[in-house]
Amino acid sequence: MMRKTTLGVTAMGAVLALALAACGGGPTATPSQSGAAPAGGGAKAAFNAALTQVYNPSDKKGGIMKFANAGDWDSLDPADTYYGYSWNFIRLYGRALVMFKPAPGKESSELVPDLAETLGVPSDDAKTWTYKLRAGVKFEDGTPITSKDVKYGVMRSFDKEVFPDGYTYFNDTLDWPKDYKGPYKSKGVNVDSAISTPDDQTIVFHLKQPYSGFDYFAQLPATIPVPEAKDTGAKYREHVISSGPYKFDKNDIGKGFNLVRNDQWDPATDPNRKALPDGYDVRTNVNADDIDNRVLSGDLHVDIAGTGAQPATLGRVLTDPNLKANTDNPTITRLWYTSINGNVKPLDNLDCRKAVEYAADKVAYQTAYGGEFSGGQIATSLLPPGIPGHADINPYPSGPDNHGDVTKAKEHLTACGQPNGFETNISYRAERPKEKATAEALQQSLAKVGIKLTLKPFPQADYFALYAGKPGYAKDNKLGLAINGWGADWPDGYGFLQQIVDSRVIRETGGSSNISVRDPEVDKLLDQASLETDTAKREPIWAQIDQKVMDNAFILPGLWAKSLLLRGKGVTNVFVSDATGMYDYLNMGLE
Amino acid sequence: MSFLQLNDLRIHFPTDDGLVKSVDGLSFRLERGKTLGIVGESGSGKSVTSLGILGLHKGTRAKITGEIWLDGEELVSATPEHVRTLRGKKMAMIFQDPLSAMHPYYTVGAQIIEAYRIHHQVSKAVARKHAIDMLGRVGIPQPDRRVDSYPHEFSGGMRQRAMIAMALSCDPELLIADEPTTALDVTVQAQILDLMRDLQQEFNSALIIITHDLGVVAELADDILVMYGGKCIEYGTAEDIFERPEHPYTWGLLGSMPRLDRERTERLMPIKGTPPSLINVPNGCAFHPRCAFEGRTQGKADTEVPELLETEGGHLVRCHMSREERHAIWENEIKPNLESV
Amino acid sequence: MATYIIRRLIWGVFMLAIVSVITFAIFFLVPRLAGATSESLATRYVGRTASAEQVKVAAEKLGFNDPLVVQYGRFAKGLVAGAEYDYGPGVEHCPAPCFGYSFLTRLPVWPDLLNRLPVTISLSLGAAVIWLIGGVATGVISALRRGSFFDRAAMTIALGGVSLPIFFTGIVSLVVFSYGRPFALAAPGGSFTPFFDNPVMWAYNLTLPWITLAFLYAAGYARLTRSGMLETMNEDYIRTARAKGLAERTVVFKHGLRGALTPILTIFGLDLGLLMGGAVLTESTFSLPGIGKYAIDAITNQDLPKVMGVTLVAAFFVVLANLVVDLLYAVVDPRVRLT
Repeated sequence: MMRKTTLGVTAMGAVLALALAACGGGPTATPSQSGAAPAGGGAKAAFNAALTQVYNPSDKKGGIMKFANAGDWDSLDPADTYYGYSWNFIRLYGRALVMFKPAPGKESSELVPDLAETLGVPSDDAKTWTYKLRAGVKFEDGTPITSKDVKYGVMRSFDKEVFPDGYTYFNDTLDWPKDYKGPYKSKGVNVDSAISTPDDQTIVFHLKQPYSGFDYFAQLPATIPVPEAKDTGAKYREHVISSGPYKFDKNDIGKGFNLVRNDQWDPATDPNRKALPDGYDVRTNVNADDIDNRVLSGDLHVDIAGTGAQPATLGRVLTDPNLKANTDNPTITRLWYTSINGNVKPLDNLDCRKAVEYAADKVAYQTAYGGEFSGGQIATSLLPPGIPGHADINPYPSGPDNHGDVTKAKEHLTACGQPNGFETNISYRAERPKEKATAEALQQSLAKVGIKLTLKPFPQADYFALYAGKPGYAKDNKLGLAINGWGADWPDGYGFLQQIVDSRVIRETGGSSNISVRDPEVDKLLDQASLETDTAKREPIWAQIDQKVMDNAFILPGLWAKSLLLRGKGVTNVFVSDATGMYDYLNMGLE
Repeated sequence: MSFLQLNDLRIHFPTDDGLVKSVDGLSFRLERGKTLGIVGESGSGKSVTSLGILGLHKGTRAKITGEIWLDGEELVSATPEHVRTLRGKKMAMIFQDPLSAMHPYYTVGAQIIEAYRIHHQVSKAVARKHAIDMLGRVGIPQPDRRVDSYPHEFSGGMRQRAMIAMALSCDPELLIADEPTTALDVTVQAQILDLMRDLQQEFNSALIIITHDLGVVAELADDILVMYGGKCIEYGTAEDIFERPEHPYTWGLLGSMPRLDRERTERLMPIKGTPPSLINVPNGCAFHPRCAFEGRTQGKADTEVPELLETEGGHLVRCHMSREERHAIWENEIKPNLESV
Repeated sequence: MATYIIRRLIWGVFMLAIVSVITFAIFFLVPRLAGATSESLATRYVGRTASAEQVKVAAEKLGFNDPLVVQYGRFAKGLVAGAEYDYGPGVEHCPAPCFGYSFLTRLPVWPDLLNRLPVTISLSLGAAVIWLIGGVATGVISALRRGSFFDRAAMTIALGGVSLPIFFTGIVSLVVFSYGRPFALAAPGGSFTPFFDNPVMWAYNLTLPWITLAFLYAAGYARLTRSGMLETMNEDYIRTARAKGLAERTVVFKHGLRGALTPILTIFGLDLGLLMGGAVLTESTFSLPGIGKYAIDAITNQDLPKVMGVTLVAAFFVVLANLVVDLLYAVVDPRVRLT
């Protein structure tokens, strides 16, 4: 369920970073005056100016926006993409049933209808969800879009052999016929038990289990309509048929592509999109440091990956007030944490777990991940602030300066019957230097109260399947602590919490992200929330779950991740969306 | 004035170890149609002299004083560019070891054509015809075919012939041959020497043959100049040098001369010791450390530099011993010895 | 000559076959020795959401359960006769030479490589012209004015050139000449424009990479030329050339440089051959979508078919360069005989 993040710093990048640091400041960019110019009362150029409001608002059309990507898309095919930036960008050429509101701040985690006229209408038991399509929406070739095209889009996403990169939400939750293998292998099989289309404008989803948050599924790119006649399977990525304001012109996979206006897109059918630029030019596999430098110098408008500036750039930008004024530092819906495994003695004792919570040095945790701006803010519970339902709680204050509370920790060690501390192991993913640094930081801070940690690195590919995530192995090898991390696919309590706190996802065969939380009450709360279709009643439950998990001290929260985004020069309508934790690409324009 | 006249020519090379006096006060004259043999061991300054005449030391670190008169022109003070226009045309040189002296990447013909076209404004075709002519004249069979061969495809003798053809391509009035036969075996040597004599007569050019081997110049030279340590130590007609040599060094050279009229098995009499260092030239007579008659100089051998004095009719010798004493030694001690061997 | 070429070509094909075996072994045998199973190899070809059953099916489909010899045979057959890959509603035919099929991009590798070849060729050839002219000219002048200020300065810079890595000089040149400079056109060095689309933009965008790459090589060639010239200018045939009355310029260039150039041409051919297989650092520093960048991206994504394809193509160029250099040697030096 966890969305992929793009590769961070490769070895190459690190060397480049050194090289760039060595050659000093480079050209100093002049402070952008752009923020002050246009009317509309937008934000001035200032640090975090695009976090809660629209920076440099404008309705000016024209220009070609230049994007670059240090890596490459997993796929441009709506059925086969699982990158946050891709879901952000795909809305330029595809219209899903629902989308996150293109607006800054809290509003951005609200869902609004896109291809559908309204949000989904659930049945009373929340097992069927019905959407009515807007009239007059067409594909780029002028063919009207019907509910059959949406249905086909979801059906084809079922085949994970053809689309291995996509998610499995629809596979897992819809009531598919037995042994269904997708439209390519199960040709002509009737799937009305999962998706029915009573008429060309209506589509109904039938779920196996009630689920109150289905609208979040309906915003997934898989609900973007695909004309069956034009479907080429895995090759569809080479030319996706547009239903949005832009369509593909040239697409050279591995190098880049460009989008031009789709003259069949009718703004009257689309209240969400401004479609300001005349087109988009997107380069892929561009050197990451090169991207940062070109965004700063104005040669490029957006680093599309949206994961933040490279280390070399951070040093430069944060020390130069003029450069810093054109950056934003959003907290994203990702938690870096450490699982405390109650299966490993003496951590089966709540007081021993609490001792770990108190003794941990949170500042050292933050430093291990790169500090405040690129690492994140110190987390005091599970739910990141960007997720609706988040409540500020801090059950285990780690001392006045966040370096750990030794006194409290020792009190709980005594209560646990281990006044002189104990020994256990801490696992981390060997390929991740930040996790290693974290393990070392915890080793040091816990040693102050007598808890001795031994470092156990494991290969990341098998970390959950064979080692830390395999209960038997973890218990036998005394993996009391396990460095972990989790990001939500969208800002929703269920999506964020379910995989890391539901004890029923833990399997003896291994593979689950939840390593340590085993609490029937939490499971019950999750079930309750998934049935609750009233948002106002549902959201407080997430805070309840958060509180319970913290009370039981199964998770040592480390950081709510942050990234430092560079605002492109001359770009209008810039704001950070909570839905993706990056700039919203939908309505950007050029001065 | 003679066709070629050197007056007190000095060529000195400053080096990190000191001043190398390769040529130190050399004078001689040579007329058209005549042949001069310059004889000496390696390092005696004979090759430096020839390069000096061609002006090839100009623009290097060498310090050149004295005068070189060629056909009424003084070359030491002339501009390098002017001397360059004379090279190849007015004066040409045949180098030893033509395998390394010819460019390995160009055909023999191309190298002759190049030499010809520097001094003659003619088309390549005309120059090529001339090159074939020249190859024919130096006795290379099938010259129209061999003109396109590379130097490494020639035998040693053929290469030397080609080298001669190249040198003669512009009808030079002065021809300098530096060890022209050293790399060749004895029979080929004779052929080449014959060829050079014939060509000299045909072109009526002045010829300087530089060699360490008196045998080479025995048949060819009108006059012979013996060099030692950058200086002339004996000068005379071929007859003077072979019949009445007066310098102990010349006697040594004669003794070590392999002669065509002798059996190969006969022992040569090498000169003892090694040629002098040109930086620390021995005091007094440069030859005295190797001289068998050092004791007969009344102690002047290592204190005074002997003068080059005329003994009779243009025969010059640089020796502390008196003329009578030298005659006596030659007649009584050296000559019988040479003949008896 | 003809028999020589034919013999060398056969030898070259043989070499490539060996390279393909070694490459195949590196990617398929070594991981197994290190404990990889058919399934763990297959996980690279299916997405992260794949279930254990899907991985099993993929392993079977990709033939990872077959003996290695069979797998190699299939790979070799693809090279010669092409292969077919299932991509959903249809089957992708990967025509010969099928260097493999990337399951990440769903594209055969060979057209991808062909597509990137012009970038690498443009970069390599352009840089080669610059470094050959620049390096040789510098070397000649240094040799002729041995010990002069020019000689010392040039040799110091050359030392820097050989020692400084591309990702340093490249970034310095970008910072100084590209980022945020007020150019009439777009900033140079930002992208690649095919020559036939717009030759001016092609050259404009490649100028910085050319110079950066050429700097690295020019330095070496300057040193090489200098020592070669010092050697040949002492040769007897140079004295002969002067004795003919040739102008000094002709002596230096026609006779001196001609002799010094042979070893340089040899190394030049091999360098160029290596670069054709991908100027990895230059391409990734300047984000040029050439063979080298392709290789780096493929390695980062663990896209094995691509990595193998690049390896084979690079090997092909090295083998080809060796052949060309040997043939060229015979042209340049008449003493060399090809038998």
